[in-house]
Amino acid sequence: MSRISRRADARRQPAEAGPGADAGPHPLDDDGLATPASDPTGAPAAGVPGAEGTARGDAREPHLVDPEAGPVTGNSPPPPDDIVVDLRDVYKGFGPKKILRGVDMTVERGTSAVVMGGSGTGKSVLTKHVVGLLRPDKGEVWVLGERLDLMDQEQLDQKRTRLGYLFQGGALFDSMTVYENMRFFLDRLTTLDRGEKDDLIMEGLEDVNLPSTRDQYPAELSGGQKKRVGLARTLIMQPDIILYDEPTTGLDPVSVRVVSDLIVKLRDTRGISSISITHDLLAAEIVADRVHFLLDGQIAAAGTLDEVRRSDIPELQEFFKGTDAYGHA
Amino acid sequence: METLPADSLTQRLRDARRSRQSEKILQDKETERKVEERQEEARTSSVPGEEFFAEAGNLFSFVGRFFSRVWRRPYEVRELLTQMDEVGTKSLMLTGVVGFSIGIVLAMQSRGTLARFGAESFLPSMLALSVIKEIGPVLTSLVLAGRLGAGMGAELGSMKVTEQIDALEVAALKPFHYLVVTRVLACVIMFPIMTMLTDFLALAGGYLEAWLSDGMNVRVFIATAFDSLRFADVIVDTMKTSIFGFIVGIVSCYLGYNVRGGTREVGRAAMQSVVVSSLLILISDVVIVRLSIMLFGDISDAA
Repeated sequence: MSRISRRADARRQPAEAGPGADAGPHPLDDDGLATPASDPTGAPAAGVPGAEGTARGDAREPHLVDPEAGPVTGNSPPPPDDIVVDLRDVYKGFGPKKILRGVDMTVERGTSAVVMGGSGTGKSVLTKHVVGLLRPDKGEVWVLGERLDLMDQEQLDQKRTRLGYLFQGGALFDSMTVYENMRFFLDRLTTLDRGEKDDLIMEGLEDVNLPSTRDQYPAELSGGQKKRVGLARTLIMQPDIILYDEPTTGLDPVSVRVVSDLIVKLRDTRGISSISITHDLLAAEIVADRVHFLLDGQIAAAGTLDEVRRSDIPELQEFFKGTDAYGHA
Repeated sequence: METLPADSLTQRLRDARRSRQSEKILQDKETERKVEERQEEARTSSVPGEEFFAEAGNLFSFVGRFFSRVWRRPYEVRELLTQMDEVGTKSLMLTGVVGFSIGIVLAMQSRGTLARFGAESFLPSMLALSVIKEIGPVLTSLVLAGRLGAGMGAELGSMKVTEQIDALEVAALKPFHYLVVTRVLACVIMFPIMTMLTDFLALAGGYLEAWLSDGMNVRVFIATAFDSLRFADVIVDTMKTSIFGFIVGIVSCYLGYNVRGGTREVGRAAMQSVVVSSLLILISDVVIVRLSIMLFGDISDAA
């Protein structure tokens, strides 16, 4: 127990001393869960100077990371400050199946990226790398200035408090009401008192326009409502980046617009960067600042939706064939 | 796209031609991909029994993961109690009825055989021996494996399929602790307790039968029943159900936690949980009994 608490203290120290926390204090800072906003320069001096000196003094193998040292950067230069997600030459395979074959992709702070591609091309696999649900076979995954692929479980969990992931079906826990679903996260990750929690939950539900569902079970909600409650549950943790896995699939056009507008609103009002996976061109048109088209395990085209649509790669033409009905973004 | 009517035919034909070309390229690529896949398959799937060993390896690494996490925080005490309630209280009816009726039936069946040797008076001790040493522990574990294995396999499986486990993981909520550690520990703790209850009810059933058929005195019953039992036997044979509980918990959680695909796989995971844990219970029982005989000697030493 003492070992654990010592480690927690050591982590908390740089959190208090770390300079340049860019987005102000994180709501979870008070219980020592959130890391400093990952010094983008990746300089080891970001931590406590004394502790840093001794850690670096040891002759360590270069690929081993010291959990108590500053940001996890490995040996590569970190991306510039305004890049929140940077995938570099990422490879991932499951057995003989190679899904990703050298993906390069960057997402700028405060923008919405959209990943498009046919079914089974590895779009979900790609986004799961960004939250550390999967680790690359090869390549680097930079998120908020640190390398996710080099982190241990504890570091990863700290980083995850700044990331949100909206799953396809909302991934609400069936056995709990909407309120309990949201409360569950707060109970476990924070030391807020009950009133504060209730306020946060109601604010979250109002953000997605569903305060009336507070005491309902997920089974009683429609598909679109589940997604929105899922989003509220993600938002309650005040993430810096949200990943949306097919946020509009299976919804009627009105709901598509509601959810897409919500994503845009979050970007504009709270500066939340996002990566969305979608097949839905209407949603892509509303949401996308930049579209990345995944093909054969690589990003075949990237740019605005129009640029990608005009690409002369046959697969892309096939994908966008007959979509002129939507008009141009 | 707004184009003049005169151009529209040209445009359409051009589009059609381009799309035909695209389709052809795509088809070629598809064929290439398929050939590659076939070759890959031929290369990889030639070792017999590979899948079995791969699965066994994964199960053991899951066990390793359990032992590396179980000591670490967070300790999910409340969830553990909930699960113990699920394993214990809610299974009580089932194991109770099984125990009681087995006790009665066993007494009825053995009475005739013993009477033939004029050994009717040994009925209580025979009952106690067979119930406490073997039938109680194994039957309770098998019944619980059926109830809990299917439940856990299906519950975790559908949580996996609907991405609830991933959602916990992404929110840094350590699903392994919350879902797996609690369930396995609940089984390890509750199986021996459930076994003791089943043993007690089976003996009660046996006594009921004895009392009804020849009015046996309860004191005589208890005295003769426990005459032939040693304390070590009772302890070893009851505590071995902790191992059975561990098997049921870890196998069901492993299968549920690693479901890939859809609802069909969830059903399969539930079914496999029951089958695999029942088989492993019986196999490990053989090993444990052999070991306990080696360590503590067999029942003839008791006299």
